[in-house]
Amino acid sequence: MSTTVTRDIKNEIAEAFHQSKFDVANDHRKSAFAFFEKTGLPGTKQEEYRFTPITKNLEKNFNWDIKATTSSINTIDEFLIPNLDANILVFVNGNYSASLSKIISPDTEVKIKTLSEAFKSDSATIAIYLDKVLTPESDPFAAMNAAFWQNGLFIHVPENTNVSKPIFILHFNDAGENQVISQTKILGILEKGSQLSVVEKFDSVGSNPVFHNFSEEWIVKEKSHLEYCKVQNDVGKSYQVANTIIHQSDNSLLNTFTLTLNGQWVRNNLSIIIDGEHCESHFYGLYLVNGNTLADNHTVVDHQKPNSFSNEIYKGIMDGNSKGVFNGKIFVRPHAQKTNAFQSNRNILVSETSTVNTKPQLEIWADDVKCSHGCTSGQLDEEALFYLRSRGISATLAKAMLLYAFASEVLAPIQNETLKSYLDILIAERLHNNF
Amino acid sequence: MSKGNQVLEEITSKEYEHGWTVDLETDEAPKGLDENTVRFISAKKGEPEWLLEWRLKAFRLWQKMEEPKWPNVHYPPINYQDIIYYSAPKKKATLDSLDQVDPELVKTFEKLGISITEQKRLTGVAVDAVIDSVSVATTFKEKLGELGIIFCSFSEAVKEHPELIKKYLGSVVPMNDNYFAALNAAVFSDGSFCYIPKGVRCPMELSTYFRINAANTGQFERTLIVADEGAYVSYLEGCTAPMRDENQLHAAVVELYTMKDAEIKYSTVQNWYPGDKNGKGGIYNFVTKRGLCFGNHSKISWTQVETGSAITWKYPSCVLKGDYSVGEFYSVAVTNNHQQADTGTKMIHIGKNTRSRIVSKGISAGKSQNSYRGQVHVMKRASNARNHSQCDSLLMGDQCGAHTFPYIDVENNSARIEHEATTSKIGEDQIFYCLQRGIDEEAAVALIVNGYAKEVFNQLPMEFAVEAQKLLALTLEGSVG
Repeated sequence: MSTTVTRDIKNEIAEAFHQSKFDVANDHRKSAFAFFEKTGLPGTKQEEYRFTPITKNLEKNFNWDIKATTSSINTIDEFLIPNLDANILVFVNGNYSASLSKIISPDTEVKIKTLSEAFKSDSATIAIYLDKVLTPESDPFAAMNAAFWQNGLFIHVPENTNVSKPIFILHFNDAGENQVISQTKILGILEKGSQLSVVEKFDSVGSNPVFHNFSEEWIVKEKSHLEYCKVQNDVGKSYQVANTIIHQSDNSLLNTFTLTLNGQWVRNNLSIIIDGEHCESHFYGLYLVNGNTLADNHTVVDHQKPNSFSNEIYKGIMDGNSKGVFNGKIFVRPHAQKTNAFQSNRNILVSETSTVNTKPQLEIWADDVKCSHGCTSGQLDEEALFYLRSRGISATLAKAMLLYAFASEVLAPIQNETLKSYLDILIAERLHNNF
Repeated sequence: MSKGNQVLEEITSKEYEHGWTVDLETDEAPKGLDENTVRFISAKKGEPEWLLEWRLKAFRLWQKMEEPKWPNVHYPPINYQDIIYYSAPKKKATLDSLDQVDPELVKTFEKLGISITEQKRLTGVAVDAVIDSVSVATTFKEKLGELGIIFCSFSEAVKEHPELIKKYLGSVVPMNDNYFAALNAAVFSDGSFCYIPKGVRCPMELSTYFRINAANTGQFERTLIVADEGAYVSYLEGCTAPMRDENQLHAAVVELYTMKDAEIKYSTVQNWYPGDKNGKGGIYNFVTKRGLCFGNHSKISWTQVETGSAITWKYPSCVLKGDYSVGEFYSVAVTNNHQQADTGTKMIHIGKNTRSRIVSKGISAGKSQNSYRGQVHVMKRASNARNHSQCDSLLMGDQCGAHTFPYIDVENNSARIEHEATTSKIGEDQIFYCLQRGIDEEAAVALIVNGYAKEVFNQLPMEFAVEAQKLLALTLEGSVG
C-alpha cells in the first residue's frame, strides 16, 4: 500500500485499467492486474524500496491518464549512436514507431517484431516465455507492466546463428506538451549456440513529468552469448523503473553494462538467473549522477546450478544533491557447488550533499563455493591529486582525470569498439563538464 | 573425506555440557503478563514509585508494538502469556558475606566453573552472578568500593544510587526502542550496574554470569555500565542454561555509556542451551545491546563469542556521538545443528573524526543458518569518519547457510568506508597441507578454525579466550566434510 494517502493512486490506476481497451492478451493482463491490485505500489517501509519513495513521487507528479500522448518529433538523429551500424528500433512515448525504425538484419538471422504482432504470428512461443521468468508476482511494477504494456519487441535468434549487426533500441519520451506514462516490454530469446548484441538507450525531452515502466526478459539458451548494454540518459523530470531479467542455460555467456547518467530517478532491477552449469556472467554498471538524480540499482544473481561463475562491478560517482542506492544480492542455492561469485561496489561522493546507501548481500546455502563482496565509499586520493597538481595540472582537470580513471574500468567488457568509444566520450564529457 | 564426516558426527552429537538443573527453591510470579505482573515484580523488588511508573509506561508501549519480522530467523509464535516473568531463588535474604550464600547455589556456580567462594581468593575477576532473574552474589564489592567503583546488582543500585539509575536508565536504549527492549523495560527483574568514577582505571575484570535454571521462565535482565571521564573498565558476561525441551526466552538489555576519554570493553561468551540435535528446545536469545560514546575521544569495544542459543538475534551497537570516538565490534558466531543466528552490529557515526572497526566471523555447520546483519551509518556532520568492516563466513557441510546483509549509508563525502566479505569452506588444499606434515585431520581443522577466529579471540581477556577456544572446539572440531 502507499505510504502517504494524499490521494489513492491505486484506485486511479484500477479505473484506468478497467476503462482501457487492449488489442491483445486481455486475459493475461487481467490476471497480472489481479496481482497488482493485491500488492499495490510499494511504500518506503518495504525493504526493496526503502530508499526510493516511488509511490509518493507518482502521486505528486502524475494524473493516471494513460491516453497515448503524441509527439511532434520527426528526427531522432541526435539520440543515435554515431557510426553504429545497427538495427534501429524506436519507441516514442511507449508506442513503436515504424517510420523511425530500420531493420537491416535478414529475417533468417534474427526475427524482430513488435510484441502485438508476435502475439498473432508467434503465439506458441509467446505463451511459453512471456512473463514466465519475470513473473507479475516478482515485483509490483512488473505486474503493472504486464497489465498495461502498450507495445514492445519480440526478438528471436534461431539456433547456431551469429547476429552480425547489433540491435539498437531507443526508448524516447517526449513530454513537451503533456506528461507521459509509457510502459513497454521486451522478450528476447537466443536459441542454442547463438550470439547477439543489444544496446538500449533511454532519452526524453520536455519539461513535463515522464514515467517509464519498462520490463524485459532475455532467455539465453545453451552455448549462447548475449551482450547487453543500457544507457539511461533521460534529461528532465523522468521517473523510470526498469525490470530486467536474464535467464541463462548451460555454457552460456553474458556481458551486461548499465550506464546511468540522468533522470529524476532511475530504478533498475537487474536479475540474472543462472539455471545451468558452466555459465559465465559479467555485469558491470556505472552511475554517474548529479543534480537531484536518484540512481537506484538493485541486482540479483541467482546461482541455481553448480560450476558457474559470476562477476559484478558497479561504480558510482555522485555530485550535487544526487543519491546513489545499490543493493546487490548473490544467492547460491543448495547444491550449486563450485560456484564462484564476486561482487564489488565502489562509490565516490563528490559533493557534500550527495549520499549513498549500499547493501551488498550474500546468501549462501552451499559449502564448496568461493564468494566475496567488497564495497567502499570515499573520495579521491589526496596523494594522487597532489601528484597531478605538482605536474602543473589544474585542480579541476586533475580531479576529472582521476574520476575518469575510476569510472572507465567498467567499460572493459564491451566488445563493440564503436559503442565503447561512444560511451567513453559520454563519460569523459560528463566528467569534464560537471566536476 | 569420510573420516571428516565421522568426526563431525561424533563431535556434533556431543551433549551440551551445562545441561543440568539444580533443585533450588524458587519464588515465582504466576504465569502470564499483564499490568499486575509488572506491579508484582516491582513490589517484589521494593522499587520506588518512579520506577514502577517507568515500567508501566514501557508495558503500555509494548502492548502497542509488534514483534519484528525482518530477522532471517524462523520460529513458532511465542506465547507471552505462557512465560513466568519472575523467578528467584528463595533463600536470598540479605547476604552480608558469601558464606551465607545457599550452598546449592555455590555448587551451581562451581559446576559452571565459577566458584564464587574461590573468586574471593583469586585476584583478577569480580563476579556478579545472576540466576534465573535475580542477582545472587557479587564479589569484591568492598575492594572496588575503595576506588569509588560501584558494582552491584541492579535492584541494589536502584535503592542505593537512585540518582544514577534515574539519569542513565534508558538513556542509550530507550524503552520503546524495539519490541524486546520494551518487554524487558516492563518486566526486567535484575541485572548488573556498574559505575566507574572519573579517572579511575578498574583494576580487575568485572564479570556477570547468567544462568536460567527454573523451567518455563524467561530471563529479562538489564545491565547498565557508565564510565565517567577518563575511566576504563573491562566487563565480561557469560551465560548457560539447562537442557529443556521447550524454548525459553531471554530478552536482555545492555546499555553502555562513556564520557570524555573513557573506555568500556565488553566481552561476551554466550553459551545458552542451543537445543538438541533435532532442533528441539533451546533458548531464544533476543538481546538489545548498545553503547553510547557520549564524550569526545571515548571508546566502546564489543567482543562476542556466540556458540549457544537456538536462535540468536542481537546487534551490539555503538553510537559514536563524541568527536574522535571509536567503536569496535569483534564477533565469532558459531551455529550447528538447527541453530539460527542473526547477529551483527550498528555503527552510527555522528561526531567528527569517528572511527569504527567490524570484524565478524561466522561459522555454520549442520543444518544451521548464520546471518551477519550490520549497518554503518555516517551522518551528515560526521566528517572524516572512517570504517572498516570485514565479515567472513565459513561453511561446513552442504546443508547449512551463510548470509550477509550489510547496510552502508553514507551522508558525508569525507567519510571513508570499506566493507569486505567472503564465504568459503575449509580448503581441501589447506587440509592436505597439514596432512602432509603429519597433522591429522581433526587437529588440522581445529588449527584452521582457530586461525580463522584468532583475530577475535585475541580481543578477549585471557581466561575467556581459553574458554572460548574450548567452546569452539566442542561445537565444531572435525566438522569438515
